[in-house]
Amino acid sequence: MVQERTLPEYHSAATSLTRADGLRLYEDMVLGREFEDKCAEMYYRGRMFGFVHLYNGQEAVASGVIKALEPTDYVCSTYRDHVHALSAGVPAREVMAELFGKVTGCSKGRGGSMHLFSAQHHLLGGFAFVAEGIPVALGAAFQARYRQEAMGESGPMQVTACFFGDGACNNGQFFECLNMASLWRLPIIFVVENNKWAIGMAHERATSQPEIYQKAAAFGMPGVEVDGMNVVAVWDVAQTALQRARAGEGPTLIEALTYRFRGHSLADPDELRSKEEKEYWLPQDPIKQFAAYLLTHNLAQEAELAAIHQEIRARVEDAVAFAEESPEPDPRDLRRYIYAED
Amino acid sequence: MAETLLFNALREAIDEEMARDPSVFVLGEDVGHYGGSYKVTKDLYKKYGDLRLLDTPIAENSFTGMAVGAAMTGLRPIVEGMNMGFLLLAFNQISNNAGMLRYTSGGNFKIPLVIRGPGGVGRQLGAEHSQRLEAYFQAVPGLKIVACSTPYNAKGLLKAAIRDDNPVLFFEHVLLYNLKESLPEAEYVLPLDRAEVVRPGQDVTILTYSRMRHHVLQAVKTLEGRGFDPEVIDLISLKPLDWQTIGPSITKTHRVIVVEECMKTGGIGAEIVASINDNYFDQLDAPVLRLSSADIPTPYNGSLENLTIVQPLQIVEAVEKTVALQV
Repeated sequence: MVQERTLPEYHSAATSLTRADGLRLYEDMVLGREFEDKCAEMYYRGRMFGFVHLYNGQEAVASGVIKALEPTDYVCSTYRDHVHALSAGVPAREVMAELFGKVTGCSKGRGGSMHLFSAQHHLLGGFAFVAEGIPVALGAAFQARYRQEAMGESGPMQVTACFFGDGACNNGQFFECLNMASLWRLPIIFVVENNKWAIGMAHERATSQPEIYQKAAAFGMPGVEVDGMNVVAVWDVAQTALQRARAGEGPTLIEALTYRFRGHSLADPDELRSKEEKEYWLPQDPIKQFAAYLLTHNLAQEAELAAIHQEIRARVEDAVAFAEESPEPDPRDLRRYIYAED
Repeated sequence: MAETLLFNALREAIDEEMARDPSVFVLGEDVGHYGGSYKVTKDLYKKYGDLRLLDTPIAENSFTGMAVGAAMTGLRPIVEGMNMGFLLLAFNQISNNAGMLRYTSGGNFKIPLVIRGPGGVGRQLGAEHSQRLEAYFQAVPGLKIVACSTPYNAKGLLKAAIRDDNPVLFFEHVLLYNLKESLPEAEYVLPLDRAEVVRPGQDVTILTYSRMRHHVLQAVKTLEGRGFDPEVIDLISLKPLDWQTIGPSITKTHRVIVVEECMKTGGIGAEIVASINDNYFDQLDAPVLRLSSADIPTPYNGSLENLTIVQPLQIVEAVEKTVALQV
């Protein structure tokens, strides 16, 4: 096993996180976890198909960043997009229905697990090719600056949060877009979820500089390393990056050190990750850590957290029932949505 | 009426649409200060500023993807491919993102995007700068593909493409930028999806587009002298094809020749012939002929280059051959 990187130390004394924020984040993380566990169950029961990439273990990153955004901000995701969509506010019913291929899904059953979209919730997508979402996110960020400067629109600057993994950081689009974002001071936050593995390619075997946040310096933008298992730490760095973006000062690269608790996808036999590595990361479960944080800081009581778990389980069950009962897309609509007029 | 060169007709279209709609902007390599490699955006940055004439770094896949993101969020970008061949580097963004995303998103997003620039075989530019990407892109769902061929249609079609809510690949031809024509003073917009009957006739339907329209018209002069009466249709819209115009012509002449600059294999003509076979087979009095470029990388040598693309004499011979045939 490669020596684990030391997770950056975090001191919560200065956090802006309130009790209300804390409960909101906790609920969001639990939703992410419960939803994904339910997906695994439904996949093995033959209710959903294709490649399904689950987010277990990485919840602190989606919740800590996306819950810090305003509803007018944009989120751009990858093939591992269920939980980003949920955090962005896409109802669990619509995400589950999409995974079931139903017409009530957020992409009307046309997209599937890797192509979740919601214009209403400013979710730019689910992009299945590694790194291809980064330019699209850059376009949304450009649009925000353009509206203010070229179209004279007022109001707060919209920020785009662009998520991708360690594997994407060796792709040209990552470098090209960091360059343009910094060059044009675009309101974008690049969030690398470094879970150490691009399917079976260990991060250290793929990159000449494993500390991804250091790559920001080449583009003159701040690069921040954060413990991606600690939602309060993620929330804090997101706040700083958001303020910078909203003030028109440009992008930030956040490298969140995290770990996926399951294989790359439900089709991955997960044979390469060592027992020792898993034993290092599994105890750092972000939900357990955050529960302990909320309790020790008197931000929540045991009963409140239990109630959240109960409510979320019910919500996920409801999402499954909704997906089950929803109709299939009408075969007569097979060719619909090809062109804007359809 | 004012005499206008084709590149200026395009420039007028962009200028008018940018003045009309502040969400329209241009991005690409050297579109701003340099004015575009064929001067289609010359000095527009002085009028509209650097943000609306956005000079990008040389990063085709990323700036094309960026245009998709801007289009998804409400702007109307025009990407200039300095040479359309460079957009092979952006094939993924044009295919997966521009073409398919509306469908995959179940109609969540529309992508009002124009990707335009010079394509086709120029004069000894070498293989990489002599591409005909329309053939490669025709299989991508969700794209519209348009080829202009005169200053008049270049201006009216580009304005329509900018106003269209779909991703439009807009092909100009590297050798047509200096064509001159008198254009109407009043504003006009042409339909994107209509073929143009350039010359009505009775003997044979010649389907062509872009620069080959002019080769066909040269051949027609010779053919007229020899008593032939061909119908010439400029396809304009390569995807979707305008069968409402093509179909009745086939039913009238019963003979078809496709003249194209793309390669024969997997070309625009290949698709047309297959569709004619599907829908108009009974109408034909002769096999459909395809005059296409040779299936080779375009050679640098001038003589070899001329042998690669279709010449007017070949069109004359093809018409004589197909009209003489009695089935």
